[in-house]
Amino acid sequence: MAEHRIMSDEELRERTRALLDEVHPEKVESIPFRQKQYEHGLAWVHFPEGYGGLGLSPKMNLIVHDEITKHSKVVHNDPPASIIGIGMGAPVVLTYGTEEMKKRLLPKIFSGEEIWCQLFSEPSAGSDVAGLASTAVRDGDDWILNGQKVWTTVAHLSRWGMLLARTNPDVPKHDGLSYFVLDMHAPGVEVRPLYQITGEAEFNEVFMTDVRIPHDRMLGKEGQGWRVAITTLMNERVAIGGGGSKRKGGGATAQLLKLWQERKQGGRSAGQEAILRDRVTRAYIETELLRLTAQRARAAQKSGNPGPEGSVSKLAQAEIHKRLWELAIDVLGDDGLSFEAGYELRQNSPTPDTVEALAKYQFLRSRANSIEGGTSEIMRNILGERVLGLPGEPRVDKEVAWKEVPRS
Amino acid sequence: MSFDFSFTDEHEELRATIRGFLQGRSDEAAVREQMATERGYDPETWQQMAEQMGLAGLLIPEEHGGAGFGYVELLIVMEEMGRALFCAPYLGTAVLATNALLQCADEKTRKELLTEIAAGRATASLAHAEPNGRWDLEGIEMEARKTDSGYELTGTKTWVLDGHTADVLLVVARSAEGLSLFRVEPDADGLSRTLVPSLDTTRKLARVTFEGTPAVRVSAGDQTEALRRVLALTQAALAAEQVGGAQRCLEMATDFAKTRLQFGRPIGSYQAIKHKCADMLVEVEMAKSAAYAACFAAATDQDDFLETAALAKACCSETYFHAAAENIQIHGGMGFTWELPVHLYFKRAKASELFLGDAAHHREVLADLVGI
Repeated sequence: MAEHRIMSDEELRERTRALLDEVHPEKVESIPFRQKQYEHGLAWVHFPEGYGGLGLSPKMNLIVHDEITKHSKVVHNDPPASIIGIGMGAPVVLTYGTEEMKKRLLPKIFSGEEIWCQLFSEPSAGSDVAGLASTAVRDGDDWILNGQKVWTTVAHLSRWGMLLARTNPDVPKHDGLSYFVLDMHAPGVEVRPLYQITGEAEFNEVFMTDVRIPHDRMLGKEGQGWRVAITTLMNERVAIGGGGSKRKGGGATAQLLKLWQERKQGGRSAGQEAILRDRVTRAYIETELLRLTAQRARAAQKSGNPGPEGSVSKLAQAEIHKRLWELAIDVLGDDGLSFEAGYELRQNSPTPDTVEALAKYQFLRSRANSIEGGTSEIMRNILGERVLGLPGEPRVDKEVAWKEVPRS
Repeated sequence: MSFDFSFTDEHEELRATIRGFLQGRSDEAAVREQMATERGYDPETWQQMAEQMGLAGLLIPEEHGGAGFGYVELLIVMEEMGRALFCAPYLGTAVLATNALLQCADEKTRKELLTEIAAGRATASLAHAEPNGRWDLEGIEMEARKTDSGYELTGTKTWVLDGHTADVLLVVARSAEGLSLFRVEPDADGLSRTLVPSLDTTRKLARVTFEGTPAVRVSAGDQTEALRRVLALTQAALAAEQVGGAQRCLEMATDFAKTRLQFGRPIGSYQAIKHKCADMLVEVEMAKSAAYAACFAAATDQDDFLETAALAKACCSETYFHAAAENIQIHGGMGFTWELPVHLYFKRAKASELFLGDAAHHREVLADLVGI
């Protein structure tokens, strides 16, 4: 752990007020405000001075947010499209980037001027990301890149991509990867929407044909890409597992209960009603368990005594969420046969305006919950091996050159 | 909600002390010895627990000789007892009967009986359920008949915890004032107490019949709401005991899966087994959240305590049974034998699930409370 500078809460609040004196969120748009916030070292206070921070403890970011909220009705939070850049791009650039890259890239990540995407997954490398097949071949001061990426959020808006490519196929898979910052506007980069089960495209496919990347855009050393990527993937899993309703009976449960209370009368026998009521109660219990477990995990973390309660939420949440929306359709009964929103292929996500429409949308969308950010099967392996200490499966791809490993 | 699941260092010490004590006094051999007896527990251990550790009077206020602790401490004790399959009249005496006395009994009775219980001189049973198979208070049909000197009870009470040995017998029956708490002397006329051969022999259950048996009413006014709380408090404690048992099943299963070799490798390296264990872990962690929530809600007197207690009993019942069943499966043939203790947990799990109402029953209670 890095040493943190000591600064009193009050001094940090003063510094925040100084920022607000210079530029006030109620008077300017998000980008100019966040540019100034970065200059004042109040973007990420745990980053070093000169890079949007003050070298403080990460916990102190809350103080900045609190002080801004106190003095402004408008708060320029992280823009949604910048979540990947801020959550994964900035830490990786700070840790592995050159001085020039940090100065050039970090301010615009925070301000929202430049969007970032993550180029890891490939059609042949899902759970086994380290088996990926996109290649980068050295050519003078450049690398020449060929391959295809998939499940790339905001690629169509992105200026930069965090890319993993294979720079050496003759060594075991983890050892032959390198990490690059890819200019998404470079010739040979093509982004296409990937339409999903609902007809919308939240993600993209990215095709790379003879794309040139300068060698100095590599983060970490050649062959160290996996280590650089691990940091990024850890952040993703934490981000996905942390959700769930904060309030008893809130969130998805509230929607389910509304559907239950407004259900069609007379269509079911008393026995069927009783079975369905029991399932709704079960769903209520399950979402309560998620909420209580998250609460318990926070308490354990605070007391410095975290146990397995923090590791189970990703798996539990995915499975519970799927079950809940399956049940919602069963509550709708025959009305579940219609799908009013239609399946027109489109890049914007629909915003369902009724509970029924939401249920039908979520019934389809929630299938991804147990796939994205680590499939439930992979999560069970992780829980089994890292939490319970069970032995791993025998591996056929260890200590074998990547090119010798069978691929689909 | 105004509690945050935080355990203090003192709580952790209490846990370590109880675990150490039970490792000495309730190892597998001790459990097997006690479960084969009619009494079902070792009086010397009970005495020691009461006198040296203050466990019999854990919930009893200090003015009556108890430890004056609350539900967070009880949850720790129950979890550890569940883990060790401890054979003792703890749930019946220190939880169910004690709560009934605290919530319902008049001052004189409370003082007299709680002092005896805290000192380890008396065990106690609350007889409430009846042969109609209902666990809710509305299912209680027994009517107390007023006599010149007091009351008379006639009828049958079922599934009375340690009812065949208890020194103090408390009975719920209807009087003119509604549901009331009665005290019956263990040697009263027309009283018959019979041990029921039970699925789970580590916890003794009795059938108690009354034929014009004299009884003293020890409560004033209708006790329906107080008794509802007594049962919910007992469910919360039982839920904590269930997660203690479930956690132990998970540990037994994973320990076995690490060392049992088939086809040249540990069976825990196969996903078929590993994923079972991972699912058990998820369920056990969720069930802990439920049991802890119920006990913290009891400790801090939350408005929604009855809901949380129903939720915990529903959730922990299913989780414990599932963990115990998977524990047999993962142990393979050996899991089916008398020799391994695996079947003891399986039986305790099912019995705990049924006792005080099964998961479906408590889901219905919860659904009524939250308006589903």
